[in-house]
Amino acid sequence: MTQYLIRRLLIAIPSLLGISVILFTVLALAPGDPFEELATNPAVPPDVRAQLRASLGLDDPIHERYVSWLLAMLRGDWGYSFVSRIPVDQLIMQRLPTTVAVIGASQVLALCIALPVGVYAATRPYSIFDQIANTLAFVGFSLPTFFTGLLMILLFSITLDWLPFVYSTNITSSGWRWWWDHIRQAIMPVLVLGLFQGAAWTRYVRSAVLDVIRLDHVTTARAKGLPESRITMRHVVRNAMIPVVTLVALQMPAVFGGAIVTEQIFRVPGIGSLLISAILANDTPVIMAVTFVFAGLVIFFNLIADILYGWLDPRISYR
Amino acid sequence: MSGRLLEISGLKVHFRTDDGMVRAVDGVDIGVDGGETVCVVGESGCGKTVTAKTVLKLIDMPPGKIVAGSILWQGRDLVPLPPVAMRAIRSKEIGFIFQEPMTSLNPVYTVGDQIAETVRQHEGMSRRAAMDRAAEMLSLVNIPNASRRVHDYPHQFSGGMRQRVMIAMALSCNPKMVIADEPTTALDVTIQAQILDLLNEMKQRLGMAVLLITHAMGVVAETAQRVIVMYAGKVVEEATVHELFARPMHPYTQGLIRSIPRLDLAATEHRRLEAIPGTVPSLLNPPVGCRFAARCRHATAECSAAEPPLREAVPGHKVACIHAEAIAA
Repeated sequence: MTQYLIRRLLIAIPSLLGISVILFTVLALAPGDPFEELATNPAVPPDVRAQLRASLGLDDPIHERYVSWLLAMLRGDWGYSFVSRIPVDQLIMQRLPTTVAVIGASQVLALCIALPVGVYAATRPYSIFDQIANTLAFVGFSLPTFFTGLLMILLFSITLDWLPFVYSTNITSSGWRWWWDHIRQAIMPVLVLGLFQGAAWTRYVRSAVLDVIRLDHVTTARAKGLPESRITMRHVVRNAMIPVVTLVALQMPAVFGGAIVTEQIFRVPGIGSLLISAILANDTPVIMAVTFVFAGLVIFFNLIADILYGWLDPRISYR
Repeated sequence: MSGRLLEISGLKVHFRTDDGMVRAVDGVDIGVDGGETVCVVGESGCGKTVTAKTVLKLIDMPPGKIVAGSILWQGRDLVPLPPVAMRAIRSKEIGFIFQEPMTSLNPVYTVGDQIAETVRQHEGMSRRAAMDRAAEMLSLVNIPNASRRVHDYPHQFSGGMRQRVMIAMALSCNPKMVIADEPTTALDVTIQAQILDLLNEMKQRLGMAVLLITHAMGVVAETAQRVIVMYAGKVVEEATVHELFARPMHPYTQGLIRSIPRLDLAATEHRRLEAIPGTVPSLLNPPVGCRFAARCRHATAECSAAEPPLREAVPGHKVACIHAEAIAA
């Protein structure tokens, strides 16, 4: 097991390297100049601008710039933002907790909806409950988050004025009040992301459970005289979780991608909005670092999925 | 009659499908005495598996439905029994061995877990005691290194070994009867014999009754005391093994026996293996009269006129054919 983990982590190194090469090249080839603003500023003479560019190594060939970026990264130096002059790792550490909290909470919400509803619907296929759950799930994952997000803002922030629609970074209250303010502003983004994901997963859980429920070993369990609830929990859900885990883990990149949109709508100061503003400003070090963090998260979740997979299914061995 | 362990009478099980009602089991009577082995034979689709599964209500309801009849287990009718009471009978009083050992075990739990689960459900044992019982059962069904193999998963066993595990599981609560639904069909021939021997041995040791469902006449000859032949959802003949093979009275039974490959004749007579012509009638709209008439060479107009009742032609030998005496003679 430890050996398997070490090998998986070693395999992650070339993939991260590959990702960074592609990203770096694409960014270098993209039009735009981080010092565009300075060009229109009469206070900065062209030769100063050229000097700045040279000092940052922006005029070197791509491969040289990549190697120096890579060497710095290996030393743990993430560089600093062209725009704000703040070290990139600081920027990310400011933003990452918010994103992880919002995405994490929404994914937990999604699972809390998808698992019970999907399992219950599958054990009573074509019942009223199943029909309603199916319809709602279909509607839920057909509506894009930017649409439901705006609807929610319209309803809960503007019409009813219950929840703030802009995420605030400087909450001044303290104690319980501080927690409540944080939760209050996270409710809508978490709901939007969680309901969307939950709707998609409900359908998936339902079909996975339906696949298992007609297998022979479930009849065996019934012939053993086990109560129906135990058959469902122990002999159906456990087996149905195997494909669900794969799906959930493989969807994590898409979840992060989708979160970028949601973060924009609710002005969540997360890593997604950091990425968007960095892209708009041609802030290469920040873009590189953020996408790199995303890549790292994706690899991490895949690893988690593989470990869970082996835990759920004894036919898979780590070798 | 009242002394019987299991007494199925007039059982009708129908399945609702898009095309209409399939009368999978259409009036079946089967009786099993304590300690007896009864074989139910018939070709695929004749309703024998449905009959067997219905005893423990393991068919899916819906689409299946017990339309008529009773299943008396030690004098108590199982048909109206609520699920909770039914659960107390499954495995505890009647064990069930399935046809497909490859898929009938849950791949994600160890075999020991799965046997222990049954024991714990019915005997309220501690986890450890149940595991010990599981190991004991595995060694009883001749699995080598049983105490170590209880911790193995089903995929680490071969087909024959898995069927042994299934048998161990079915017997783990000392049931009074075991229903084995084609337990050897999915196994290769050498293993088939081993599994049948094991079943016979277990039966002798534990003194339970066996209701064996099969389509192989060879299996019947080897294991049964009494044989019930089913055709198209109905019982067509019932007799002791000896009587049935010596004096088959129903033309369908005769056809089944003639279709057994015989090594002793083949070399000298170059006889072709005999098959029964035609196929089983649709159970959606079964024909009026004898259901075998269309495939029967003795059929007369009378046969298609009315359904022949199952009658005792000779003491202890029941047959559902109006020409039985003439044919058997």
